[in-house]
Amino acid sequence: MFGKLTWAAIPIDQPIPLIAAALVGLCLMGVFILIVVKGWLPYLWREWITSVDHKRIGIMYTLLALVMLLRGFTDAIMMRTQQALAFHSQGYLPPDHYDQIFSAHGTLMIFFVAMPFVIGLMNFVVPLQLGARDVAFPTLNSVSFWLTATGALLVNVSLVVGEFAKTGWLPYPPLSELKYSPGVGVDYYLWSLQISGIGTLLTGVNLVTTILKIHAPGMTYLRMPMFCWTSLASNLLIVAAFPILTATLAMLLLDRYLGFHFFTDDGGGNVMMFMNLIWAWGHPEVYILILPAFGVFSEVISTFSRKPLFGYRSMVAATMAICVLAFMVWLHHFFTMGAGADVNAVFGIMTMIIAVPTGVKVFNWLFTMYGGRITYSSPMLWAIGFMITFVIGGMTGVLLAVPPADFMLHNSLFLVAHFHNVIIGGVLFGGFAGYNYWFPKAFGFRLHDGLGKAAFWCWLIGFYLAFMPLYVLGLMGMTRRMQHYDVAAWRPWLVLAAFGAATILAGIILQVAQLVVSIRRRDELRDDTGDPWDGRSLEWATASPPPVFNFAVLPQVEGEEPYWGIKQRAREQLQLSEEPEYEAIEMPRNSPTGFVCAFFATFMGFALIWHIWWLVILAAIGAFATFVVFAWRDEVEYMIPVEDVARIDRANRTARREALARLQLAS
Amino acid sequence: MSAAQAPAGSVDPYKIGLGRPRERSHAMEHAGGGLASKRIITGYGFWIFLLSDIIMFSGFFATYAVLVDNTAGGPAGRQLFDLRNVAIETACLLMSSFTCGIASIGAQAHRGSWFYGAMSATFVLGLIFLGLELHEFAGMVAEGAGPGRSAFLSAFFTLVGCHGLHVSVGLLWLLTMMAQVFAKGYRPDILRRMLCFSLFWHALDIIWVALFSVVYLMGVAR
Repeated sequence: MFGKLTWAAIPIDQPIPLIAAALVGLCLMGVFILIVVKGWLPYLWREWITSVDHKRIGIMYTLLALVMLLRGFTDAIMMRTQQALAFHSQGYLPPDHYDQIFSAHGTLMIFFVAMPFVIGLMNFVVPLQLGARDVAFPTLNSVSFWLTATGALLVNVSLVVGEFAKTGWLPYPPLSELKYSPGVGVDYYLWSLQISGIGTLLTGVNLVTTILKIHAPGMTYLRMPMFCWTSLASNLLIVAAFPILTATLAMLLLDRYLGFHFFTDDGGGNVMMFMNLIWAWGHPEVYILILPAFGVFSEVISTFSRKPLFGYRSMVAATMAICVLAFMVWLHHFFTMGAGADVNAVFGIMTMIIAVPTGVKVFNWLFTMYGGRITYSSPMLWAIGFMITFVIGGMTGVLLAVPPADFMLHNSLFLVAHFHNVIIGGVLFGGFAGYNYWFPKAFGFRLHDGLGKAAFWCWLIGFYLAFMPLYVLGLMGMTRRMQHYDVAAWRPWLVLAAFGAATILAGIILQVAQLVVSIRRRDELRDDTGDPWDGRSLEWATASPPPVFNFAVLPQVEGEEPYWGIKQRAREQLQLSEEPEYEAIEMPRNSPTGFVCAFFATFMGFALIWHIWWLVILAAIGAFATFVVFAWRDEVEYMIPVEDVARIDRANRTARREALARLQLAS
Repeated sequence: MSAAQAPAGSVDPYKIGLGRPRERSHAMEHAGGGLASKRIITGYGFWIFLLSDIIMFSGFFATYAVLVDNTAGGPAGRQLFDLRNVAIETACLLMSSFTCGIASIGAQAHRGSWFYGAMSATFVLGLIFLGLELHEFAGMVAEGAGPGRSAFLSAFFTLVGCHGLHVSVGLLWLLTMMAQVFAKGYRPDILRRMLCFSLFWHALDIIWVALFSVVYLMGVAR
């Protein structure tokens, strides 16, 4: 009846996951009860869960990322304390549990923190910057989000029901084959990634189509803001790389479920093919993550230096060069495979070449700042922190690209330090910069700057304290994923790294405080104009939060930095442009399709993990029925009457007129 | 099914400027301007999706190429493949592509008899193809040459089976499509879905041509 699922799946004998899960469960229950008691459920259902508005979906993606960041960081701090304690002892985490923790940490941080964070920002910002009303396929967008959420849910369910993978964040065979991992851990990993992977792929299709096909009049490709370009490159990589992940994980699933021989060590299977395939996806994946962050920094640095981005076209070229080169370096993840000196040399040189366009970008950012009037607000601090940190990470990366050096450093803590250096210093800092930068656009009030800066300093110092010791440890020969060790010389460095993690914890607490304080003091921090930072691109040309249709009348774009041009004209003529002729606007209706699909996908994933075949069939029928019901709709859009459009836009114009008058008074 | 999300309604629901010819010509020059019609946007998006699907197949193709000689003492392609069977399969699929083309012309011309007739023919041809493929698979499994026999057979069953799975999904979509046209008529949104369906069906053909050459022809020649 329930396949492999029995009461034995609940880890009663392990207090740590059980208590953690109970706490999470209580929190969720508390939030849910609060929502029901306060009567917010209908509002949430109508305005958020069924929303097809790209802005709301973007916000939900970001929220998912931030919540999962807390979970992933809990894993991180457990690992750091375990290693600080486990000198000549077992520490407090048994190997079985420790292995699940490092696997869950990596999986969560890449797939359910970094990915939703950058996808959330892209979803929220790209249509606004292009001067569009929504993405190309709004309902599909909602399906993508809810499938990602399903994946995150399944990974977290594994905490209480069964176990998670013990194979690392990439399940290398033969360890991940049924013979050596007979439990459900790897299956949890595989199915949650397959389901969320479909969501990510659909996002890629959606955003590529949006960026290439839907713009405001006059918004040509070479007038698009840098963030749109990096988003385009990132989504092209999603479209080209995620199918490889789907195929690879499908093969591992077939090995595990139906006794195929793709990666087994018998029957002619080829283990190294898994490494090749997974990294043919995995290396583009790191650029999928970092490119949008580069876009965020381009926007932030230009805005807070009050200068147009230096070398815009070279930036576009560098972005697209990275997009292509990303597919030509995958073998550097396993130089030790023994492909021979020639192959390793080619991939080593390709890897060094990919550092060149990144270097171009760093210089462009520096020259953007040069001679600018720089404001050191918190988004800008994240950007500067990024530039320094990322350059260090990039240099250790080039060091690892030298095959003989890599032979010594492969799978050591040096490698762990390197990729945390670029992912935290690049992607996460980029995410935080974007979060601070676009938060007022999303909610109409700024985040508290003082707490934001304090959080930044804790994160920055904490990062260096936590990861610079790992470089040293790597050079001292400590390998990754060790549950305990006997080398006395390592211990002080590991204790130092644990202190670093604690400092980062302080940064996270400050970020939570920043959010809470900002919400409580939202009236002081309110921004009525929609342009709190003196911005340059079109998202600042509309109200904060933007109306559901984004722009009352689509802006006519006449050059790069379109909003800057409009604003300068208003300042010179001391008045806003003439009031446009408003028209009624047709927008897509909200739809529960995404949520219902994800509901069935959750059950299907769970049933597949536990071999509950009748439930698999039931859920598949449900998912298909959802699509048919959706396809049968007749009323897919609704009209926003012209009076509403005019009223909403006039309110924003009044605020802007007052701001202009204040500016006049000041000068 | 991913085409099914596109909203229907007026020609230019997002007020992105369709139907203003002056601006259209201006913006087309710059490859911008957001003046693409819903039909273009949907078709374009579906093309991108198909490209990603083809990349997934390329992963399976690459795997097959790596594992083709790893027969682990079991049978190789030469002993297993029956080219006559494959030729009939190929003929069915190619013909179904032709009838699918007729069906989309029929749909665009709002000609029910052509649309339903050609769609039914496509369905029958697709079903024959699937039947032959399943027959081939069943025969191989009965001979003890199932996917668990060797890495080569794992790769073979996955690659060819993945195409077969796509054909099955296509058939389900085909029936849904016919039901939709029957229930809703030739609405613009339904026609856009028909466009996506025919793109999907033709893409399966392209993949089959590669499959036929790489797996069967090269397999027999080895």
